[in-house]
Amino acid sequence: MNKVLIANRGEIACRIIKSCKKLGLSTVAVYSEADAKGLHVKMADEAYPVGPASAKESYLVADNVLKVALESGAHFVHPGYGFLSESSRFARAVEEAGLTWVGPSPQSIDDMGDKERAREIAKAAGVPVLPGSPRFDVGELDTIEQAGKAVGYPLLVKASAGGGGIGMRLVERPEQLLEIARSTQSMAEKAFGDGTIFLELFIPNARHVEVQVFGFGNGEAIHLYERDCSLQRRYQKVIEESTAPGLPEVVREKMVSVAASLCQHQKYSGAGTVEFVVDADTFDFFFLEMNTRIQVEHPVTEMCTGTDLVGMQIRLAQQELPPIDQASIVHQGHSIECRIYAENPAKNFMPSPGPLKRFKLPNETHDIRIDCGFQEGDQVTFFYDPMIAKIICHAETRRQAIDRMLKALHEVEIEGVKTNTQFLIACLKHHDFVSDNVSTGFIEKHLPDLIGSAHPETNNQLIFR
Amino acid sequence: MAMIDVKTEITGNVWKVEINEGDTVTEGQVLVILESMKMEIPILSPEDGIIKELRIKEGDVTAEGDVVAIVEA
Repeated sequence: MNKVLIANRGEIACRIIKSCKKLGLSTVAVYSEADAKGLHVKMADEAYPVGPASAKESYLVADNVLKVALESGAHFVHPGYGFLSESSRFARAVEEAGLTWVGPSPQSIDDMGDKERAREIAKAAGVPVLPGSPRFDVGELDTIEQAGKAVGYPLLVKASAGGGGIGMRLVERPEQLLEIARSTQSMAEKAFGDGTIFLELFIPNARHVEVQVFGFGNGEAIHLYERDCSLQRRYQKVIEESTAPGLPEVVREKMVSVAASLCQHQKYSGAGTVEFVVDADTFDFFFLEMNTRIQVEHPVTEMCTGTDLVGMQIRLAQQELPPIDQASIVHQGHSIECRIYAENPAKNFMPSPGPLKRFKLPNETHDIRIDCGFQEGDQVTFFYDPMIAKIICHAETRRQAIDRMLKALHEVEIEGVKTNTQFLIACLKHHDFVSDNVSTGFIEKHLPDLIGSAHPETNNQLIFR
Repeated sequence: MAMIDVKTEITGNVWKVEINEGDTVTEGQVLVILESMKMEIPILSPEDGIIKELRIKEGDVTAEGDVVAIVEA
């Protein structure tokens, strides 16, 4: 029982392979036609094709991936993040084929995948949730004003079928509610074929803070402290860090402990992340969702706690993970992660695929970690997401970590694709960032400062999926 | 009558074509939606006019600078 298939590509596949090697396990990679020469293919002991370049025809085809797993004699399937990682159908198929899924039970994936059910479960476990209303069908708005009063203002009218910022309207005063509710219903009916709406409290000055959790499947679970991921652009995280800057210790303690109790309540198994929206003014926090997989920004937690979360996932799947006591998890210092994207900030962050003619990242040290799935000469194709590398650093204090990251970013030399490296430097140097003043509106608010004098050269709107 | 080349600024895949040759279009109207790195990038009509020529179809791969359509304004 020593072979792990990694159902992913890029940096996360490489990172999982590293942990497998440390544990003495052999590895099987899968690849699309576009990735035949990919770094993850070179690093794995074996590698097999799963289809054409388009993820829909390769990495997302559960049958193709499962077939490789069975034919290669793999015992475990690690899904990484994205692709099939939150497909309970795939997780079930893996288990029904007699293999071991490195992740939570299909039931947990389903419970947390349904946003309404997740909210109910969180509530039942004593986790604060955003004040919200029941759903309103088209034309059934008789009680909406009472519902608005119960939720509080300002509030958002949200289309049930919407998401990612689409189908959402802000209501600042009670007298606007009925009119906006009606027009949102009619818009949602046209756009999604479903005019159902609900109300949710709006937090104008919000932060995104999440808690890394790890459950043992028997009702025991621990937390590995928080990560602040407030620096986002169009729902895409850019910089993540731990400790969350300026978060009062009492709030932090409460947040990490409710996250752990949610996992205990769920008899959750493996690594997960409980996401919260935090009011940056009052530090009230509310459950957003739980991600039932390893997360892109997990290295931030690993650097502060000295853990190997992927290694823990695999040992748990092997039923060889010794019990871990909450008290043994000690958070030290401060860690920051910067995501290097192949995109052009001067052109409204337009994607920038192309050849990595030159690709030099800082050297790894005790305090600098590089997670990357590319080498010089590789092609960054337009088929997959634009993240090409993550730089993670650790230091005693936040100020020192910022300085260390700035030094590392200055060592980045990439030619052939445009990147956000200078944009990241501008974020880290910004007065508000340095003085712990972060929020999900940070990038939008300071955009002219962050992209320098260059005005966006296009009015094209990008929609991130 | 001016003929305007509508060009793409990125390398990607043609996800949706929203117009046909001969259609009347207005400035800012979405003509084509490209897909690149999990993002949708609409290409808008630069002026009011008529689609004189459509040079791409859904599923095509476009490179930076490719002409996707010609608008007669």
